[in-house]
Amino acid sequence: MARYVANRLAQAVVLLVIVSAIGFALLHLAPGGPLSQFAASSQMTQEDLDRVTRQLGLDRPLPIQYLDWFGRMLKGDWGKSYRDGETVLSVISSHLGATLELMTTATIIAVLLGCWIGILGALRRYSLFDSLATVGAMIALSIPTFWFGLVTIYVFSVTLGWLPAGNRETVGDGSFLDLLHHLIAPAMVLALVETAMWGRFMRSSMLEVINQDYIRTARAKGLPEWRILTVHALRNALLPMITVAGLQFPTLLGGALVAETVFTWPGMGRLFLDSIGYRDYPVVMGILMFSAIMVLIGSLIADILYAVVDPRIRVG
Amino acid sequence: MADSTGKFGVGGLHHLGIPSRRQFFQLGAGAAAAAGWTFSGNALAQTERPSNPPDKPRGQVIAALSQEPTVFHPLMPGIEVDQGVWWQVFSPLWFIDPDGKFVPDLAREVPTVENGGLSADGLTWKIKLRSGVKWHDGTAFTADDVKFSLDLINNPDFRVRNRVGHSLVKDITVVAPDEIHWRMEAPYSPYMSILSLTFIVPKHILEKVSDPNSSPFHNAPVGTGPFRWGERVPGDHILLNAYAGYHGKGPYVERVVFKYIPDLTVLYTQFRTGQVDYTGLQGILPNFVQEAKTLKARKIFVSSTSSVEHIAPNLAFGPFADRTVREALYLAINKQAIIDALNYGLPTQTESFVPQEAWSFQQGLPQHKYDPTKANALLDAAGWVRGSGGMREKGGVKLEFTNSTTSGNAVREQTQQLLIQDWRAIGATMRVNNMPAAVIWGDFWQQSKFNSVIVGVNFMLGSDPDVTPRFGSGAIPAKGGRGYNTYQYQSAEADRLLAEGARQFDLAQRKTTYGDLQKLIRNDLAILPLFQGFIAEGVKEGLHGFRPNINTSTNCWNIREWYWA
Repeated sequence: MARYVANRLAQAVVLLVIVSAIGFALLHLAPGGPLSQFAASSQMTQEDLDRVTRQLGLDRPLPIQYLDWFGRMLKGDWGKSYRDGETVLSVISSHLGATLELMTTATIIAVLLGCWIGILGALRRYSLFDSLATVGAMIALSIPTFWFGLVTIYVFSVTLGWLPAGNRETVGDGSFLDLLHHLIAPAMVLALVETAMWGRFMRSSMLEVINQDYIRTARAKGLPEWRILTVHALRNALLPMITVAGLQFPTLLGGALVAETVFTWPGMGRLFLDSIGYRDYPVVMGILMFSAIMVLIGSLIADILYAVVDPRIRVG
Repeated sequence: MADSTGKFGVGGLHHLGIPSRRQFFQLGAGAAAAAGWTFSGNALAQTERPSNPPDKPRGQVIAALSQEPTVFHPLMPGIEVDQGVWWQVFSPLWFIDPDGKFVPDLAREVPTVENGGLSADGLTWKIKLRSGVKWHDGTAFTADDVKFSLDLINNPDFRVRNRVGHSLVKDITVVAPDEIHWRMEAPYSPYMSILSLTFIVPKHILEKVSDPNSSPFHNAPVGTGPFRWGERVPGDHILLNAYAGYHGKGPYVERVVFKYIPDLTVLYTQFRTGQVDYTGLQGILPNFVQEAKTLKARKIFVSSTSSVEHIAPNLAFGPFADRTVREALYLAINKQAIIDALNYGLPTQTESFVPQEAWSFQQGLPQHKYDPTKANALLDAAGWVRGSGGMREKGGVKLEFTNSTTSGNAVREQTQQLLIQDWRAIGATMRVNNMPAAVIWGDFWQQSKFNSVIVGVNFMLGSDPDVTPRFGSGAIPAKGGRGYNTYQYQSAEADRLLAEGARQFDLAQRKTTYGDLQKLIRNDLAILPLFQGFIAEGVKEGLHGFRPNINTSTNCWNIREWYWA
């Protein structure tokens, strides 16, 4: 097991280096730059822009810039944002809480609701409920998050006035209830696609399990249905869900990016969008590396868990 | 600011970075065009001054912005939304009011030849400062702070926004704590306007920092303005608290919250639902304006900005070098359709680079007329012959070019479609070549790599019409010049007028000089003006003191005067 984990870690490090190099190159080779926002300003001449470019070290050859950035990153210095001068790590950490709050809530909703729908769909295969769940999942997977977010705002904020039309909190309030009030709509929107995915995966997994011989044997032994389901079927059906959970991070982050924009949620997704728009290289690279690390950790944990529960897949 | 090019512009309706969502589901958008009502800034400005403000600051104002303020050192490169914060935290020596008048702030009086603050040759400046002003940390403001600020601007290690005008300042002398003198290397009248947008920073804090480009001050600034720094939640909001020791009138609210809402549709929705009190930059999208006017307990202000929306031709590019071509293209533009159909009738058509509210605006410039017949006749006479496909050419040069603007800017993209039709009718082929903001306003724009561009530019230096960096022959970056004459316009007469205007201190003389310049630019068609920029802003009923100011980049310049009644 230790060797397996060590192998996977080594692969992860190589992957991170490749991701950083490709990301850095793509980002810097794209036309435009962090000073473009000032280029159209009547207050800055080309001379001014050139001067600031030199001061930021952006006039150096790209490989030199990359090696400099990479070397500093290895020492724990991820650079400073071009926009506000804050360190990249503090910029990321200042946005991370909001995203985790949103993603965690959405995931809890999605897992609980999705698994319940999936299990029930599998047990009542081809019933009206199963059909409705299938159609509902297809619709949920097809709806653009942005549009659904706007509709949610229109219905629950503009028309009914039940929920705030965005923001993480009321400035000056910030109580638990206030935070919860603001969290409902974005979490609901973000959870929609996730719920559909969890539901479909769970249904497939459950169907596979309840048709196994050992389930038939359990029924033949006269075990109560609830016990067959919870002890025998559900435990095994949840195994593939480990992989699903491990690979949910990128999907969630993508969804969060849109949800955060619609609901003015000050999280990582919006930070990433803004930073790309402003070509804030250090922050974009920071988020890229952070996300890559999270994805790798997620899949690594999933693989290790799988290896723990299924010794057959341990390689090397 | 120069550009309403999207994310970085002042256009009011143009939203960069995150594209406008006009093309998406429009929440409750009033589809009916608000045809035919256009107001200049002051015409619609809230006339009520703080006549009955409270004795003590009361309540808070939540001002929504579609871009996030991130630069809090007021001398470093920033955009309009940053300036919105600077106006609250810092003070200039004097500012320009909505009528274009200089009003003393940190200075006791605005220097003139009459009061002895300015020598007749414009070279010696003597500034008397207000006494009793204190920084937010309680330290006294003195002439040393002014000297320090001007020196910092000229410090080669400092990442300053620009040194236009400041680089001419020499021999700064602190005569007394409340008086400072300096000499200018050459007379430069626009410096008065430049100083009105130059905020003074504290010497006692910044002289101690090792790196002038990075210090705790940069993210928790200390100023002399009406509001003290409170907190910043990155990506969400900035909170400023009333400064009880402010030297001027106000402030009348306890707190100002600058709330960052990147999407303009969402921003408007939050205004509609009452979560924000004021829709600052980039305001309310034109398609929502008509509906917004019907909202209860909300006031909508449509005011002009200094930005001029225009087609920027690259005058060094083939066909555009021919003035006849430019004139024909201009005649063939159906401007009214662009204003009415695409911009809901909100903007005012213009012929000048100077806003119509400015003292230097030249009345009576030749008025544009939509006349494709005349345009065709002009091109025929100039030898631009139609080929087999109906497209014109002359001497092997085809009347064919690209037009670029910020991708995602729906209004401009629709404008391009109208232009394609208009110009096809006179045998000119226009192809669209749009790019993201971060791309188009880089080298492509700076180094004149475009054929033509749709852009909104504020040509003014504050309220000053000096456009040397825009139209001066020595300001063409593509030719190694200093400035942003990306049009590559060159005219000996324009250079003469620009030099003359910058030397003059008499307003009447300057008005004549810059009037002649406007006639020249209009006659040469260095730009093809479409309309003067505008911004639609919403304010909650009961919030008083809002006064649009075309001479500043943001209409939240005077939140110190705002109050709840």
